[in-house]
Amino acid sequence: MASLGPTFGRGAMTNSWTDIKNADVIWIMGGNAAEAHPCGFKWVTEAKAERGAKLMVVDPRFNRSASVADHYAPIRSGSDIAFLSGVINYLLTNDKIHKEYVRNFTNAAFIVRDDFEFNEGLFSGYDESKRSYDRSTWEYKFGDDGFAIRDMTLQDPRCVFQLMKKHFAQYTPELVERVSGTPKDKFLKVADWVASTANGERAMTIMYALGWTQHSHGAQNIRCAAMIQLLCGNIGIPGGGVNALRGHSNVQGITDVGTLTAAIPGYLALPTEQEPTLESHLGKRTFKPLTPNQTSYWQNYHKFYVSFLKTQFGANATKENEFGYNYLPKLDGIYDCIKMFDLMHQGKTTGLLCQGFNPLMAIPNTNKSREALSKLKFLVSMDPIETDTARFWENHGEFNNIDPAKVQTEVFMLPVTSFAEEEGSVTNSSRLIQWKWKAADPYFESKTDTEILADLFVRMRKMYEKDGGKGKEALLAVDWSYKDPLHPTVDELQIELNGKALTDLKDAEGKVVRAAGQRLATFGEMRDDGSTDGCMWIYTGFYGPTGNMAQRRDNADPSGLGVYPSWGFSWPANRRIQYNRASADPDGKPWSERKKYMYWDGQRWSGPDVPDYVPTIPPDRAVGPFIMNAEGVSRLWVRGLMADGPFPVHMEPFESPVGNLVFPKLKGNPVARVFKYDMEALGTSKDFPIVGTTYRLTEHFHYWTKTVHANAVMQPEFFVEMSEELAKEKGIKHGQRVRIWSKRGEVKGKAVVTKRLKPFKIDGKTVHEVGLPLNFGFIGETKKASPINSLTSAIGDSNSQTPEFKAFLVNVEPIAGPVA
Amino acid sequence: MFTPVPNPTTNPVAAKFGQQDLIRRSASSVTAPAKRQTEVAKLIDVSKCIGCKACQVACLEWNNLTEEVGVNVGVYDNPHDLTANTWTLMRYTEYENAESGNLEWLIRKDGCMHCEDPGCLKACPAPGAIVQYSNGIVDFDHDKCIGCGYCIKGCPFNIPRISQVDQKAYKCSLCSDRLAVGQGPACAKACPTQAIVFGTKDEMKQWADHRIKDLKSRGFKNAGLYDPPGVGGTHVMYVLQHADKPQIYAGLPNNPSISPLVEVWKGVTKYVGLAAIGAFAAFGFLHHAVAGANRVTAEDEKNAERLTEGQR
Amino acid sequence: MNMELSRRSFMLGAGAGLAGTSLGALGFGEIEAAHALSIRPFKLAQTKEVRSQCPYCAVCCGMMIFAAESKVEKGKMEVTHIEGDVDHPVNRGTLCPKGAGAIDYIKSKSRVKYPMYRKPGTNSFERVSWDFAMERIAKLMKEDRDANWVEKNRDGVTVNRWLTTAFLAGSSVANEGGWATFKVSRGLGLLQIENQARI
Repeated sequence: MASLGPTFGRGAMTNSWTDIKNADVIWIMGGNAAEAHPCGFKWVTEAKAERGAKLMVVDPRFNRSASVADHYAPIRSGSDIAFLSGVINYLLTNDKIHKEYVRNFTNAAFIVRDDFEFNEGLFSGYDESKRSYDRSTWEYKFGDDGFAIRDMTLQDPRCVFQLMKKHFAQYTPELVERVSGTPKDKFLKVADWVASTANGERAMTIMYALGWTQHSHGAQNIRCAAMIQLLCGNIGIPGGGVNALRGHSNVQGITDVGTLTAAIPGYLALPTEQEPTLESHLGKRTFKPLTPNQTSYWQNYHKFYVSFLKTQFGANATKENEFGYNYLPKLDGIYDCIKMFDLMHQGKTTGLLCQGFNPLMAIPNTNKSREALSKLKFLVSMDPIETDTARFWENHGEFNNIDPAKVQTEVFMLPVTSFAEEEGSVTNSSRLIQWKWKAADPYFESKTDTEILADLFVRMRKMYEKDGGKGKEALLAVDWSYKDPLHPTVDELQIELNGKALTDLKDAEGKVVRAAGQRLATFGEMRDDGSTDGCMWIYTGFYGPTGNMAQRRDNADPSGLGVYPSWGFSWPANRRIQYNRASADPDGKPWSERKKYMYWDGQRWSGPDVPDYVPTIPPDRAVGPFIMNAEGVSRLWVRGLMADGPFPVHMEPFESPVGNLVFPKLKGNPVARVFKYDMEALGTSKDFPIVGTTYRLTEHFHYWTKTVHANAVMQPEFFVEMSEELAKEKGIKHGQRVRIWSKRGEVKGKAVVTKRLKPFKIDGKTVHEVGLPLNFGFIGETKKASPINSLTSAIGDSNSQTPEFKAFLVNVEPIAGPVA
Repeated sequence: MFTPVPNPTTNPVAAKFGQQDLIRRSASSVTAPAKRQTEVAKLIDVSKCIGCKACQVACLEWNNLTEEVGVNVGVYDNPHDLTANTWTLMRYTEYENAESGNLEWLIRKDGCMHCEDPGCLKACPAPGAIVQYSNGIVDFDHDKCIGCGYCIKGCPFNIPRISQVDQKAYKCSLCSDRLAVGQGPACAKACPTQAIVFGTKDEMKQWADHRIKDLKSRGFKNAGLYDPPGVGGTHVMYVLQHADKPQIYAGLPNNPSISPLVEVWKGVTKYVGLAAIGAFAAFGFLHHAVAGANRVTAEDEKNAERLTEGQR
Repeated sequence: MNMELSRRSFMLGAGAGLAGTSLGALGFGEIEAAHALSIRPFKLAQTKEVRSQCPYCAVCCGMMIFAAESKVEKGKMEVTHIEGDVDHPVNRGTLCPKGAGAIDYIKSKSRVKYPMYRKPGTNSFERVSWDFAMERIAKLMKEDRDANWVEKNRDGVTVNRWLTTAFLAGSSVANEGGWATFKVSRGLGLLQIENQARI
């Protein structure tokens, strides 16, 4: 989400699953929705069958999404930016853009500083020794009034629009074919179908997932997609959007709630050690508008922050102690999973707690991960099922080759209730919060995650109270005043998420608008004086004074547009399509009858959804539709908000069969963080000429369902997909066992020789790619296999640190013996 | 969207069809019901199928079937064939369309077609082991099955399988237990893209027309419905992108019909007792007298030779 | 055509042919009678039904979970069947091969039944009590926290952090459990916190 936020203001799926039925063109790239999200994909087949929509799939493999597509175009893994930049260039050079949208709702008109430069793939400010940019030149030019300068004619050579034209001009269809291996005619068909929606009459949705994010330049892949949708005017309208399809049932919710190294619930930031006081933290984040009149909603950051602190520290958060700000841990850097395992591998980590997480399988470079786990003093696995990680110390022959006697790690495997044995709210990919009710009793001695953590926390606090210890004050400052400290109820926790009034809240006239103790109805009620709490402002209202909105089950859809406004609660403020003010033109009229959604009715913004806008501000106030952004508009140019550039640039993966054909000086992403161990573990195309890519199979869910009998029956064994041409070249027979190895490790599996993969012609050279399903391991009912991440590299994206699972180098050879 | 059947209830519901609705019974006769029930059908739209196997899993779970974990043999098809526990199976074909130059991944859900003129029932020598209800369901009564396997040979689609555990024949029941309480089959309910829908046969034909129009608009000029007349039509039908070439869909028969040998066999059953049939079956002798299956293997050829010798 | 109405009338029509199909009079017995005809009794009859959600991907399909008294654990309710919830606007009753097989996850041979403990250097897990496991984990954590706690950095800024223990949070935990996870892990001063958003 490191690119949607900088572009639109919020980093989440823009539209909803059911809204996909409103699309006229559906573009799946960097994902495989039919296989990874079959029941969401139904709205694609629905748009096709009932609306005549066209589906196009761009992927290295002809996959199961492609099997029902109207158009399929192949692409070499890791070359998406070249392809997508080609589409941007096509739209700009053929003048196939939605001009009024671009002019008014994006920052196309903003003027960029004179000292900004772009040369040979690098932006101004690059420091090679630090592998980072000084981003100061990527800023707008400001006038004397303090506001950014704009040229609404889009003619100024330093305006974003003109810079964009220049920047993307070289990405011709011929270049796309040469770099990405996509035949020109197949590329042009994609570009043409995209262009068919740049008019306010037709809509295109883009559906992607980890096929775009899991690259060392993943965030910029998505940036390209976001820019294309802005050029076409496809953001904020029904059937449009950039739809990030989340993988795990509650990965949206668990991210919303801040379980990432630098986060606090609701996308607030954990303090850094450069911010010794609350004021110093808030001062950096209270964004003033960059053009007149803008909403710039983050101006309210301090209200949300103080309310969070009140929930975290309760009575121990007072005005005098900056609401407990200094009890919070402060960052000296970020600790994402790659860094975590690198530190562990260096022997710097004592303990690891895994809650429904199987890192031996999920983290890149399994051999490194296994060594890292072996250096722990203790490991705790809290999971309904046995994981490969919990048994990392056990010898499983070639699949997990380790000597248990040498592993001094204490391991705990704690039984956790399954999804059916607990209740609570879960947030789906499209921000929809829904309830699950408890269906059965806990299996044997299993307990909920909350019960286990409460037990741990209460026990540790008792130890500190009795025996003392370091950091005692911060530990005891945490509010744990639940009725039964060992069993905080779902209701108690939900109230904390929502927030409540701590004293009577009064309006300007002194009238009580919310009595002390009452739950808040919206985050608009939050205050920065300690009179409200609520740890996650974006969810406020989901358990408001009227009740538990997540439990709503009214499936009426009065507009027929798949809005379902009374089903569950969609954050923020129950909005189903984000940025929906942009579904109307600057005067507040729908762009077209076909795309009518939210519009100005003379009094207020109306339509089937909750306006993503102040409901009563008339269109002539010229407040932009992207209210989270200080500009009020979306960003074709992201200023300094991304580490690797204000515009995307074609970057090759760190392991690539070819050099960078567009910018020969670039090796990988020039600002990606690479640890020494991982840099040394990179292979070259001389030894590893074949591109490898990993993915899920529809029959399996990550590393869980290999323990699930029915799914093990459906796909029982690890395999590698390869083209008939590669099989012939290597002397591999259909169904034969093969060995696949990279610089980092090897795996063995059956060969699925298929017409669905074809060799690429890259700059005149034949490049093969193999497909490697990720769902197999050594625990469970499927045939034992080495973890697929034995092959992958622990190098991540420069913005999100997402590992480069989707493009790396391998080699393949047949294993002698009988064919299956 | 084809409106799905409402959720099931946990309250007891009276069965909506039963003994009195039988229109055929193997190796015996039935009194025709006064009024035939509305015919039902399952429509499988191959062009909407994403090959996810939800239908396979839903079938296993609903029918409490446990299949063995197999191996990969270089294809996505798992298990590799129908079994006594796998009553439905996705079969994957990579088809290079010479005309369009496009690769097509044709994924067909295989299973019992519930023929109007059921070859299995006609070949079955055990009274009442196979029955046909007036709504079109062809169902096996395992208590009466003798495990002779003639149903397999009588089936133009090669569907039933004999269990190695209890030596009885198994196949899709069209979820007769669900239909009896007004629900649709488990596979149709699960299907994420409505590639499987269920309703009356007339509704399904109308829905198929709607789908075929869409396919034709996308350039599949031979799109059509598969409801083969050779078996009197079926209660499981397909929408095919290339209805002129059913065989490209993993060997779906072009013109299925019941082998004439089934009729010969019916003659034989008049004269021998069931016990004798069991003995014959053990010899694998008469078993092949109804060699009407479409898939001819080397083993079949060999058996055919033995059969000819036997007849002499 | 309104398919739902048409379907209802179809089902009524199908039932109307039966003699004496009065639910009150015949009740469950009728289904038993059907059983004699090889039609199985409807297995959901007289189970307890609850609405839930699929635990796998982020479509979060609506599920109906059916439960009955456990055959394995006396006095407990266990899941007997799962199918899609037709009332749910997104999945409309459908489930994918993972969701359709979710009961096999609940009953997986790999389910952990009891707290298990593996001593350093040994080759097996042993069953332990919850109290033993939690006391030991708390002790190990306190030892590490006390040994490596950083109260102030070199510049004297209060930083209150603990960098030598890491926490991987699960993306299938509900929001309320997720919040408890945040509160506890940050309360302890952890910075090495990650979930599956990246992978």
